[in-house]
Amino acid sequence: MSDRLSVTKTYKLYVGGKFPRSESGRSYPVSDAKGKFLANAAHASRKDVRDAVVAARKAFGGWSGATAYNRGQVLFRVAEVLEGRREQFVSEVSACEGVPVEKAESLVDTAIDRWVWYAGWTDKIATVLGAANPVAGPYFSFTVPEPTGVVGVLAPQRSSLLGLVSVLAPVLATGCTAVVVSSAERPLPAITLSEVLATSDVPGGVANILTGHAAELGPWLASHGDVNALDPTGAAEADRAELAKAAAGTVKRVLSVPAEEPDWTERPDIKRLRRYLEAKTVWHPLGV
Amino acid sequence: MPDSPFEYAPAPESRDIANLKPAYRPFINGEFADGGGEPLKSVNPATEEVLAEVSTASKSDVDTAVKAARRAYEKTWGRMPGAERAKYIFRLARLIQERARELAVLESLDNGKPIKESRDSDIPTAAAHFFYHAGWADKLDYAGYGPDPRPLGVAGQVIPWNFPLLMLAWKIAPALATGNTVVLKPAETTPLTALVFAEICQQAELPPGVVNILPGAGDIGAELVGHPDVNKIAFTGSTEVGKLIQRTVAGTPKKLTLELGGKAANVVFDDAPLDQAVEGIVNGIFFNQGHVCCAGSRLLVQESIVDEVLAKLRYRVSTLRIGDPLDKNTDIGAINSREQLTKIQELVDSGDTEGARRWTSPCPVPERGFFFAPTVFSDVQQSMRIAREEIFGPVLSVLTFRTPEEAVTKANNTPYGLSAGIWTEKGSRILWMANRLRAGVVWANTFNRFDPAAPFGGYQESGFGREGGRTGLEAYLDV
Repeated sequence: MSDRLSVTKTYKLYVGGKFPRSESGRSYPVSDAKGKFLANAAHASRKDVRDAVVAARKAFGGWSGATAYNRGQVLFRVAEVLEGRREQFVSEVSACEGVPVEKAESLVDTAIDRWVWYAGWTDKIATVLGAANPVAGPYFSFTVPEPTGVVGVLAPQRSSLLGLVSVLAPVLATGCTAVVVSSAERPLPAITLSEVLATSDVPGGVANILTGHAAELGPWLASHGDVNALDPTGAAEADRAELAKAAAGTVKRVLSVPAEEPDWTERPDIKRLRRYLEAKTVWHPLGV
Repeated sequence: MPDSPFEYAPAPESRDIANLKPAYRPFINGEFADGGGEPLKSVNPATEEVLAEVSTASKSDVDTAVKAARRAYEKTWGRMPGAERAKYIFRLARLIQERARELAVLESLDNGKPIKESRDSDIPTAAAHFFYHAGWADKLDYAGYGPDPRPLGVAGQVIPWNFPLLMLAWKIAPALATGNTVVLKPAETTPLTALVFAEICQQAELPPGVVNILPGAGDIGAELVGHPDVNKIAFTGSTEVGKLIQRTVAGTPKKLTLELGGKAANVVFDDAPLDQAVEGIVNGIFFNQGHVCCAGSRLLVQESIVDEVLAKLRYRVSTLRIGDPLDKNTDIGAINSREQLTKIQELVDSGDTEGARRWTSPCPVPERGFFFAPTVFSDVQQSMRIAREEIFGPVLSVLTFRTPEEAVTKANNTPYGLSAGIWTEKGSRILWMANRLRAGVVWANTFNRFDPAAPFGGYQESGFGREGGRTGLEAYLDV
């Protein structure tokens, strides 16, 4: 047994590519599944949500305007860095979710593979969802999918990494930018993911991760005038109707999610990509 | 009106073609029946005469209609092979074509739109929507939503008064093609062609309950939206009502699509072919009296050519003929209702008060009926109400810009995002602009084109979901 005292950490938020403390100055203790203290996490406030939305909006032009190939490269780079941190994720997932190491390894591997899967969609989704429209007249008309804007994401409460990756990666793959509220009780993998995002090539502000409570922060995201879509997965089922009502004030796109947190190990489809995309139809006359 | 040696002789279409009946009734479970609501009188907005008395639905009629639609969904329509559904929908398309003149005249009487628009645009496009979607009914496996996409069930649909039959077609054709049954509420002021469409459903021997049409006001729409046994809501109308509907549906499993308001930017660069652009600007804002959610109501002109564009525009607009909607020479018909006319006047007054420069066409305006002369505001600032709010009338606001970047910024400076126009000879600039404009439809060197094969719908507060094309099928499928 070593005499060395370990360094306990107080983690911070991830906003605009930086790691600020919560504006409120609040933090809260995070324990493992058995109740043993792990770390202090920043306790994000309404103001932090607003700052994160500002950062996400600022980053939207660059991220959505980047080539699909470039976005794919950046997202694949995230998967590479995730892989490099595999051991850390395994121990955090194991501690947070109270699962054996073998199970945690499998969850982390699936999360990395999931990220790779979405990274590969960036330059394919327009081909799959776009169209050339055979209109009755001398026009060239085509339809392309485009990112809807800033997405507010309430990450799953139980699945601390695989669930988080499954809701964040599709947002980024479409070219949208994200403000994520992590699992409240199991935030460590989200914090480590922030460090991964910060040290890969994802531009600051494209993904913003707040540790805090969905019940407290969700309503601010849902009613925010500069948020275009909302994923309420991590909200308590009882709160979802209110969130959806608040979202109606700005005609937000609200993802339809199952009542219970789904089994994230199941193979995903492109529903989540579709929900964050708008279809733009362009018409041009033909003639000589 | 510019001096012209040629005078137009009146060329009125016969109103007898409309087969106007003194009374119309709701269509529930394949039958016309008296509704339990307060009857309403549908008025010809061009003359203010009462066209017909329309029996409206009560709240219990909504329930009856939803039950009928549910039965039809479960017993016949939902389980019918797509190929059979397709044939019914093809029948509807053919019957609309056969009765096209009747529908066009009736539409112009009830709505006030010029006969040349109902005859050449609304009714043929409505038929086209049924043709297009009929073909999808047995090909849904190929729509890109997996091998066996399922219908949602009963669709509750609420449509506006600006394109009464066309909006009906946009709603009903995809719903039926995908295997859903329908309860549709037409607008209070324009229910007549929808009820003739109900006759067409009978002629086509559509199974009872597959299509139900309930005339009524907003309370009947609200009842339909809130009905617990409706699986899908589709709404076209104002953003304000769209938000209410989204709130009502929040927290329920109902699938929702909204087609809401707009404040489209029509952007004209200095290299645009100006005569062609002026035609597009006129079509963009004065088509259907400007009662178009995607109307090009904000004209953004490059500063160097603004005087030239305004001169050409005023000349062209002054040649537009306003008057009897049934006259084949009429370009601009009647405003749909007194209420709408009042709203237009109020917004135009705000333009005056806020300091924009107003020009109104000197064309003669009929004394009776609801008419509003084409109006162009110049010197408009982005902060003015006429630059921000949807006017939904023949009123154009002209703003200027210097650089393409400024044009993009101003065009996108709105909570709406339905449509936009670009006028320039430079192809690379068209594509550059089209990429940057936050709008669901971008027309380059044209405006106000619609086709069932081309998806239509908005960004941001112009709503969500698309109608038309493969994309539009998603709204009616459980995917």
